[in-house]
Order: sequence, then C-alpha cells, then structure tokens
Amino acid sequence: MPEDILVDVQSVSFSYDRSPVLKGIRMRVPRGKMVAIMGASGSGKTTLLRIIGGQLRPSAGGVYIAGHAVHELDSADLYRLRRRMSMLYQHGALFTDLTVYENVAFPLREQTKFGEAMIRDLVLMKLEAVGMRGAHRLMPAELSGGMARRVALARAVVLDPLLVMYDEPFAGLDPIALAVIGQLIRKLNDALGATSIVVSHDVVESLSIVDYLYFISEGVIVGEGTPDEIRRSPMPYVRQFVNGEIDGPVPFHYPARPYAVDVRLAPGGGHV
Amino acid sequence: MERTTIDLWFGAFVTAGFAALLVLALKVGNLGAERANETYRVEARFDNIGGLKVRAPVRSAGVLVGRVFDIRFDNDRYQANVTLALDKRYTFPKDTTASVLTSGLLGETYVGLDAGGDEKKLVAGDRITITQSAVVLERLISQLLFSKAQEGPANGANPGGAGNGGEAAKPAAAAPAAAAAPAGAAKK
Amino acid sequence: MFDRIRRGLETLGHRFIGGIWRVGSMARFFTLVLASSGTSFHRFRLVMREVYFSGVLSLIIIIVSGLFVGMVLGLQGFETLQKYGATESIGVLVALSLVRELGPVVAALLFASRAGSAITAEIGLMKVTEQLSAMDMMAVSPMARVIAPRFWAGVISMPLLAALFAAMGVFGGYIVAVVLIGVDNGAFWSQMQAAVDFRYDVLNGVVKSFVFGIAITVIATFEGYDAPPTAEGVSRATTRTVVSSALTILALDLVLTSLMLRGES
Repeated sequence: MPEDILVDVQSVSFSYDRSPVLKGIRMRVPRGKMVAIMGASGSGKTTLLRIIGGQLRPSAGGVYIAGHAVHELDSADLYRLRRRMSMLYQHGALFTDLTVYENVAFPLREQTKFGEAMIRDLVLMKLEAVGMRGAHRLMPAELSGGMARRVALARAVVLDPLLVMYDEPFAGLDPIALAVIGQLIRKLNDALGATSIVVSHDVVESLSIVDYLYFISEGVIVGEGTPDEIRRSPMPYVRQFVNGEIDGPVPFHYPARPYAVDVRLAPGGGHV
Repeated sequence: MERTTIDLWFGAFVTAGFAALLVLALKVGNLGAERANETYRVEARFDNIGGLKVRAPVRSAGVLVGRVFDIRFDNDRYQANVTLALDKRYTFPKDTTASVLTSGLLGETYVGLDAGGDEKKLVAGDRITITQSAVVLERLISQLLFSKAQEGPANGANPGGAGNGGEAAKPAAAAPAAAAAPAGAAKK
Repeated sequence: MFDRIRRGLETLGHRFIGGIWRVGSMARFFTLVLASSGTSFHRFRLVMREVYFSGVLSLIIIIVSGLFVGMVLGLQGFETLQKYGATESIGVLVALSLVRELGPVVAALLFASRAGSAITAEIGLMKVTEQLSAMDMMAVSPMARVIAPRFWAGVISMPLLAALFAAMGVFGGYIVAVVLIGVDNGAFWSQMQAAVDFRYDVLNGVVKSFVFGIAITVIATFEGYDAPPTAEGVSRATTRTVVSSALTILALDLVLTSLMLRGES
C-alpha cells in the first residue's frame, strides 16, 4: 500500500493474566479509508481497538498514529491525541443523565471554548446529518437502540476527528437500522475526510461499506484483502466466516475427548 | 434538571444547613449571649475543688457571671489554683468569698461568689483570698457517723424509755443518726 | 480432612490479603480523587449538581428521622430523669446526645444508605454501559468529571445534613418535653445552653460529620468505579457500599470520640 498510513499497528501482542489474546498483530490503516477488523466473538478484536485507542497497553509491539507512539504516551499527551480521535461504542454509551442535545454538545463543552450559539449550530448540524435533530430534547432512555447509536455517532464526529473507531456498530440492530448506520458511517467518513476502523462480525454489512478487511482468529490475522478479494478468497477460515458455515476452522464443538469415550463405548474413559 | 432549578436547590440546601448550624450554635449551644461579652480574669486558691472542671459556671446569687477558665495544681502550696473568667458587666468587692458548690445532690459543680463589703473592686489579675473548698460527700457522711457514734451511747442512756442495755447500743446509734442529719447539715 | 483445613486456611489468608489490597487501592484512589479535583473547583456547577442529587434528595429522610429520633429521646429521657426528679435536664440530654453522637452518626448512616448507594449504583452503571470509557476516549478524565464532583458534593453535604438532623432532633425533643409533657420552657433551653459548649460539642460534631462525609463518598465512589461491569457486580458493589460505610462510620466514631473526650477533661 503506497498510501499515507495513519494508523500503523506493529506486531502487537497482549495477554490477560498470562493467557494471550493477541499474538503479533500487524495492521496498517491508510488515511481517509475505512478498514474493518472481522472475527468471531472473543477473537480479541475489541481488545485490539482498545490498544489502538491507548486504553490498554500492549505487552509487546507498538501502535503509531500519525507518527505518535500511542503505547508510550503519558496521559496528558494521550488526551491531547484523543481529542482528534473518537470511538463509537457498541451500545452507544450515551450519558444517561444528559439530553440528546447535551450528549452531542458534551465534547464541545469539554474541549473547546465555543460560545453557546456556536455549540448550538454545530450540535444541530451533526444531529441533522444523522437524522435525529427532532429528538434533541429527548433523554437517551427514550430512544430505540438504532436511534441511540445514531446520536452516539453524531457525538463521535462532532469535533471532526481524524480517526473514528467503531466497536460493533451493527450489533443488535434490526435490518433497517443496520442499513441506516452502515450508510451513515460511510457517508460521514467520506464527508469529514476521516479515517475509520470498524470492528464487527457482520460480514455482509462490512463488505458493502469498507475499503479493506482483516480477519482475526485466536489472536492472529488469518486473512486480509479488499471486499472483492475477500469474496473470492479460497481461505477456509474466510470462507466459513463469509458464508456462515457451522463447522470449519472455527469448530462447532468445544474441545473435548472423543464422544465415544465419554459415553463409554470406547476404552480410555474413567469418570466423566 | 434545568440549570436554574439546581442553583435554587443548592442555595436553599446550603442556607438550610447553615441555619441549622446557627441554631445549634446560638439556641442550643452557649455561643449566644455570654461569649459575646468581654471578660476579666481573677484567681482563687482552693484546698479542694471536688469535681470542678474547666468551663464550669461561676454564679453569684444564682446568676451566671462567668466561667472557670483554667485549673492548675500549685505545687508549692499543694492547693488548686483556679482562674475565673468573669463578665466585664459585673464587678465584685475585694473581699468576695469564692466557694466550690454543687447544685443539688447530683448536679454540676460550680463556683459561687458571695460579695463582701469592701469599697474596692476586684480587677483583672487579682486574687480572691477568702475561699471555701468543695464539700466532699464521703467525708461529710463519715464525719457525721463518727460524731453520732460518740454521742450515741449518752443519748440512749439518759431517757429510760429506750433502755435495753448494752445490746441495743449499735442500732440505737444508727437510728438517731438519720434523724439528726438535718441538724448536722445546718451546723456545717 | 487435613486437606480441608488447609484449604480453609488458604481461603482465609486470601481474603485477608484481598482486604488489605482493597484498602491500599482505596487509598490510592483517594489520592487520585484529590489530585483530579481541580475541575470541581473551577467548574463548581458540577459539584452543585451533585449536591442536589446527594444532599437535597436526602433532606426528607434526614429531617423526618431527626424529628423522630429527637422525640424518642425526649420520651425516653423524661422517663429516666423523672426518677431523679431532674426532668428540667431533658434539654441537656437531648441536645448533647444529638449534637455529639446521634446527629453525625445517624445522619451519616442514613446518608450512606440513601446517597452512598445511589452514587455506587450510578457510577457502576456508567461503567457497565461504557460511559466512563467513552468519556476517557473523549479525552475527558472520568476521575475529574464524574468522581471528584461527587466526592466534594458528599463532603459539603454531610456536615450540613448532620446539623439539620441535630437541629430537627432538638426540635423534636422540645415538642415532646415542653409542648406535650409540659416541662418548663425556660428551664429546657437555659439548661441546654449552659451545658452545650459550641466549640467542644457543636464543632466537634461538625468535624465528625466532615470525616464521615469523606469516608462515605470515598467508599461509594470507589466501589462504583471498581465494580465488575456486570449487573451482578454493580448490585454487589451497592450492598458493599452500605455495609462497609456503616462499619467505617462506627469505627471512626469510636476513634474520633476517644480523641475528642481526651482533649476535653
């Protein structure tokens, strides 16, 4: 890839209590593009997102965003960098004690010294972009899952960030809401000139909006490519994932002894 | 959740809290009248102050005129040296008597001032020379019993009515002791 | 058999070490809260908002309980003092017990169960729904924006609530003793004023409630912040807040009282 690289993940490893979650991940995200990290539940993709955002420190390797070594920054520098990053959480993570309007205004109030009129214009503009301007007086509890995520999306891009990370943006949505969020993410990315990393296990939606995909399984990258390459990929893991096959490289069965042994049809048993 | 409502509630809450503190200070506590007045200090020595404590009241004719400011033991005279902080509004003659008293049988211990007849008044730093120590209840009772035991046999022998000989001496001594208590107290 | 004893001892040891660990991390948390308190002061509105939620919303329970406790003290005290013919001292009894002990302690216990548990549940819920993490990703420190204002709000509210509790209690005692039973009004107040010292009794009570306020809010915010991000984790943390606040309040009360009494006589 000859393009300008914004996020460079260099052989990142990470373990929780000595059990390895990520093993030498290498990944590059070009500026202005959308990259998806795909994988089954528990494959460590959210952990990778947290490491890129600087909320977790890798046990080996490093993450470089626009030349800054994220894993080496102290908290003041990290906060300075994060003003140009944002993350959309799985369930939106809207502040439950603030109205929709105040939620979107929150980053502006905290990070800028804009006047009330300026804040109002920006907030309503972003809410208009996600189609939620009419709901600005509501509390987050009054919104449906898809609407809450749209408001969270408006909040995530209100400061026009350089990099937006999406943690499972499609999880738990009905087909309409899912399509809406997918199109909004792509539209906002292009309109803002931002760079996006989407963590998801929704293959169909991801294939239709991103520029490049990485597949993670058990902490290693098992496949990568553009959506077209992925659709044509012969790799068994990618095939299983894209087609949603039950058994394959990701086994249906939790690791166990042969079934015959457990039901005492074959020798080698003992207590179950 | 309106911003102004929060302000209003915060203000009301803090006002109510400080009002409660003020009530505790002025109405319940002693920060009211007396602390506001200036005081002057005089000293007095007592042989025994009983249960007197710092901050105990000083009364004259039953009216609160000051507080015990400090209590020290004078190691040269083996006496208690008590400093009294008296209200500047009240003055007392030089020959005023200070006594350590107890209000009621179980009440608080305080210092009582009985004014004398001197023309000159007590001023700050003066010493009250005439003092009366605390009455220690145990001593009073034992004195009483002792004196009654001495005059007991004589009392029992003279009127013939009680006469039961030496045997009854002990109960007889106990019985008049109770009856004579008011007389004993008056004598004291 | 031997194995079971050994395992029991091991569990006990683990719990003990775990407890000490917890105290240590709570102390670290406390210094972190103090270090991130700058925002709370130059944006005092954040604190005012939390004073509303923990202080103002505790008002009803504090006022009503104070009134009842004072009335009960009046009744019980009268019953006892009557035997010694000292019913005028009822004011002294009610006021001293409220100002020195019951005001700070009972108000703190009520505050812990009303506001402390709410703080833990709220922060725990913010953690479960990733609001704290989201804030962190927006380069806003949850310590400065969420934890510290709640801490300072508790520290401000607690002495005021304790004072209100004591004042309401004295009023309750007055209603029972003077209005209902008929103790002399003048004697009630004058004896009280003669016995209750502002510095030694009232101010010491305020100091106590101040310390309790710090203890409760540190425990409540720590438990919320430290709760496992699950529904069960938050509910357990809420219970733990109430239990450990109550124990801490009573233990601190013993320490503070012994220090204060020593200074007095």
